[in-house]
Amino acid sequence: MEKAEKVTMGAVITTPGSALDYKTGSWRTLKPVLTEEKCKFCNICWQFCPDSAIEPADAKAKKPIKIDYDYCKGCGICVHECPFDALKMVTEEK
Amino acid sequence: MGVKQVVKGNFATAVAAKLARVDVVPAYPITPSTLFPEQISTYIANGEMDAELLLTESEHSAMSAAIGASASGARVVTATASQGLKLMSEMLFIASGMRLPIVTAVGNRALSAPINIWCDHQDTIAERDSGCLQFYAENNQDALDLMVIAFRVSENHRVLLPSLVGLDAFVLTHTMEGVDVPLQEEVDSFLPPYKPVYRLDVKNPMTFGSFSTPAHYTEFKYQQWNAMKNAEKVIDEVFSEFYNKFGRKHKKVNEYRTDDADIIFLTMGSMSGTARASIDALREKGIKAGAAKLTVFRPFPFDEVKKLSGKTKILAVLDRNISFGFGGAVFSEVAGALVNEKEKPILIDFILGLGGRDVTQEDFYKMADLSETAIEKGGPDDMVNWINLNDAEVQ
Repeated sequence: MEKAEKVTMGAVITTPGSALDYKTGSWRTLKPVLTEEKCKFCNICWQFCPDSAIEPADAKAKKPIKIDYDYCKGCGICVHECPFDALKMVTEEK
Repeated sequence: MGVKQVVKGNFATAVAAKLARVDVVPAYPITPSTLFPEQISTYIANGEMDAELLLTESEHSAMSAAIGASASGARVVTATASQGLKLMSEMLFIASGMRLPIVTAVGNRALSAPINIWCDHQDTIAERDSGCLQFYAENNQDALDLMVIAFRVSENHRVLLPSLVGLDAFVLTHTMEGVDVPLQEEVDSFLPPYKPVYRLDVKNPMTFGSFSTPAHYTEFKYQQWNAMKNAEKVIDEVFSEFYNKFGRKHKKVNEYRTDDADIIFLTMGSMSGTARASIDALREKGIKAGAAKLTVFRPFPFDEVKKLSGKTKILAVLDRNISFGFGGAVFSEVAGALVNEKEKPILIDFILGLGGRDVTQEDFYKMADLSETAIEKGGPDDMVNWINLNDAEVQ
């Protein structure tokens, strides 16, 4: 378990905007994995991701989407929505 | 010196709130505490009090509003009883976990069913584990004093926990008694303005009521545990300061004729006066009885109860509450406090005074009989004894 920096009085969080510091990816048991050459830069997965855990693709630069595993909770919606089978779910290895 | 006034218990708690210069009073009326928000409303209408009275749609909302107001750094008070305290229950645990020093006057009243509006300690006893300090008044002077004391203790940075101040339904809430009402400047010099550690402030944003995973939750509970432990010492300090300022001595456990006692009756609330009168009568009959009044139930006064137990052959605990399947809650706490003591007296539990049934001197004589029998036999026939059941057939 991670070490608490400080157990504040009444669990007050004194620094605003600190939610980014809390990495929620560890909740995951399955994770989506991208086969880059299959990505058509359509960004449908990016639109559907409920956790903003996908960086959008750049069609002009031929840059595929990227999954941010610090926050991806492995819901599989991106895999379900991808029309090109570019994403598949695999078991998380720790 | 204050001004002597003849007042009801609800007035005593309301005037204490006024003297404490509270900022916010979120309230929902319930018998027998309704006179509290009525009195606050009168004070505000008369311009005698500069506070915000929030009339909410339920007790749950009243305590929720109290939490928000307290988190903003305001001094907050409310009053409730019985079912109202039950509706607040969820929020009491949150007020304690968020370390907010809200003070609530509770007109101790029985719980439904069957519905009953009279005196009983079940409502606050059922909040035993909420993380609130618990004080019990014997009379209206106690009710006033303990409210003022509760703010000082709750707001101490070593404590920062909410307080419940119990006063017996009708026996105190609606009964006129002579009370010394302190002067404003006396209370001001005893109770400085509340200084929060953290406060809700748009200019300095913080998160209150945050989420905690298994990684930290235990430490937050340990923090509350420490705060309640600290309260043991802080209460003694504040009682002592209160005595120096106002000349009235409050103790966690008040003893009466206990030094050579064979039987000690441990009481809470208004029956403590009846206990002392009964002790005098029993002494005249040659029975060496003494009494002790528990003013502070949370934090539980372990040391004082241990000391008391060393003075007697039998410690009789009077419970105006019942935990079905065990016995009285005060009895179980006393038994727990003494469990590792090598020398301890016989312990016996008496359940009485539920739903407003009077606790009388006759009850004390009956309990003295049962206690003497238990001493002769080296232990009680029954650990838990119901006193003054009437002769109705119980289905």
